[in-house]
Amino acid sequence: MSGLKLIDVSKSYGATRVLDGVSLAIAPREFIAFLGPSGSGKSTLLRIIAGLESLDAGEVRLGGARIDTLAPGARGIAMVFQHYALYPHMTVRENMAFGLVNAHVPKDEIARRIAQAAEILEITAQLDKKPAQMSGGQRQRVAIGRAIVKQPQLFLLDEPLSNLDAALRNRTRVELAQLRNRVDAALIMVTHDQAEAMTLADRIVIINDRRIQQVGTPAEVYARPANAFVARFVGSPAMAMLPATLDGAEGGRVQARLAEGTMLRTAVPTRGLEQGAAVEIGLRPEHVTLAAPGAEGLPARVELVERLGDRTFIYARLAGGPEIIAHAPGFSQVRPGDEVRLAIDAAAAHIFAADGTAHHPDARP
Amino acid sequence: MTTAAGAWRERLAGYAFVGPFLAVYAAVLVVPLIMGLYISLNNADLFGRREWVGLANYVQAMGDPVLHQALGNTLVLALLIVPPLTAIALMLALALNRPGRLAAVLRGVFFSSLVLSVTIVTLIWRFILVPDAGLIAEGLEALGRPPIPFLSDPDLVIPAIAVTTLWWSLGFPIMLLLAGLQQVPGDIYEAAALDGASRWTVLRRITLPAIRRTLLLVVMLQTAAQLQIFGQAQLLTGGGPGGASRTIVLYIFEVSFGRWELGYATAIAELLFGMILTLTLLQYWLVTRHEEPRP
Repeated sequence: MSGLKLIDVSKSYGATRVLDGVSLAIAPREFIAFLGPSGSGKSTLLRIIAGLESLDAGEVRLGGARIDTLAPGARGIAMVFQHYALYPHMTVRENMAFGLVNAHVPKDEIARRIAQAAEILEITAQLDKKPAQMSGGQRQRVAIGRAIVKQPQLFLLDEPLSNLDAALRNRTRVELAQLRNRVDAALIMVTHDQAEAMTLADRIVIINDRRIQQVGTPAEVYARPANAFVARFVGSPAMAMLPATLDGAEGGRVQARLAEGTMLRTAVPTRGLEQGAAVEIGLRPEHVTLAAPGAEGLPARVELVERLGDRTFIYARLAGGPEIIAHAPGFSQVRPGDEVRLAIDAAAAHIFAADGTAHHPDARP
Repeated sequence: MTTAAGAWRERLAGYAFVGPFLAVYAAVLVVPLIMGLYISLNNADLFGRREWVGLANYVQAMGDPVLHQALGNTLVLALLIVPPLTAIALMLALALNRPGRLAAVLRGVFFSSLVLSVTIVTLIWRFILVPDAGLIAEGLEALGRPPIPFLSDPDLVIPAIAVTTLWWSLGFPIMLLLAGLQQVPGDIYEAAALDGASRWTVLRRITLPAIRRTLLLVVMLQTAAQLQIFGQAQLLTGGGPGGASRTIVLYIFEVSFGRWELGYATAIAELLFGMILTLTLLQYWLVTRHEEPRP
């Protein structure tokens, strides 16, 4: 059985194009996150899959059959809405049964499925309550339960954690991870929170500006972002981007000169890069540290210090303006306004060409 | 000192806001209600004569055949008006609850009849209903059929008044129901679509339960309004023929301003008030008794 396939899906609202030729294949039982900023088109794509929006061009196939021409209820898809969308005048049990009754599932089968889902989600005691009598977290479980009992081929989760407070969010994240093991279906979660996407998904689909920017495992999109947008969007704090000029090569690896003159020997192959081109050097905080006293390093002025307990992020500005983020272990004593020297692991640097295309370092020898 | 003075000022400001309404409310509603109760226990006329008779007026009402006929007419009218009015208003509200210019224009059209006074409404319907040269009569004549005397046939006069009232009263319930429908969050309709609910199921299980309080409000307001139906009957038929379209309020009007029996008229008015209060509270109880108390 094949999973979900999107073939060249496009969508416009009036003259505004929101999705442009999106193609994607998702395996059965795969957990996918659609990650992107607000207005990127990720929710529209989810709603097109659900059948709540029509598409202008393209196809949606699920389990080998074309579904974009079917009514939402006939697609074998269940959705957990951002604001849960529980039926307020129905009890939890009626909420969960509604879709099954409409599908003419036999009564005892409905009762069996509800009992099972309620037990998994620990809402058995709440089955005869109305949504208004429940907390946000419980309502979320009901919404998930309503999706589970339908035994769909595909679950759609629209910003499932955005309405929960921080403590509940972490717990629900664990529960969502468990959910995917219990259900025999693919899951697609829409989120703008990259931490959710990184921790939950098998693969992340990064969407921006009407298009898919990259599809990859969390490790791939983090270590080998396809372009400057993905590099900036994935990772927290974000990757620093330093303007530089390509200036020679050594052993097939590019050398780049930063604006203030420092030469970096990167591990990026020369293939596809032109000498003298203006590029950006991408550096994650974990590859920038404070230089040992007396050692060489890039001079920078500290602007902001984030102490997280186990490590400290140092937001600094290089001579000439570009911002860079360094990390230090534990509780650093550095203060805003300090002049520091930064040691850069040039072998981990990424290079982004003027059009945004990424060039990654080769694996180290 | 200053805080006490501040609190006093704040309280005064509160009373100043509520005061004008309370004064008007008391003057035009509470005081007349109590005065009415007192007058209904007297033989009274419009010149201020009061003669204590106890419950005699109420006893007279119990045995008054004209009142009984008026009560029957009024109840039949309410039954002919309130259920169809609610149903038609609901259908129109469901149809008009959508974006778009046409729906907006039609919302205005249906609301517009509401701003007409009863005089205009009865005038319009007179042009439609009268047997000589009325709109319906002309139509029937074109088909070679005799005109129908809507306003002088005792069997047709009540339905004629009911139709006139339906036409006139649709606007406000439509507005109330549209407001109710717009309160329903859109995502539960999307959830219902994914749950494979048919249009009929969505109406029955999602929409109607979501607006049941608005529906109750419409029914209560319309029941209270139609039990006091007066202008249409007075202007279309004057209660005729032979009292076939005399309503309770029309009878009250005749007794007080025609026969000058203010005490008896007031007693009937108090009885009507009690009946309306009982019926609307009964409706409220029937609809809300299974609901949990609202937070």
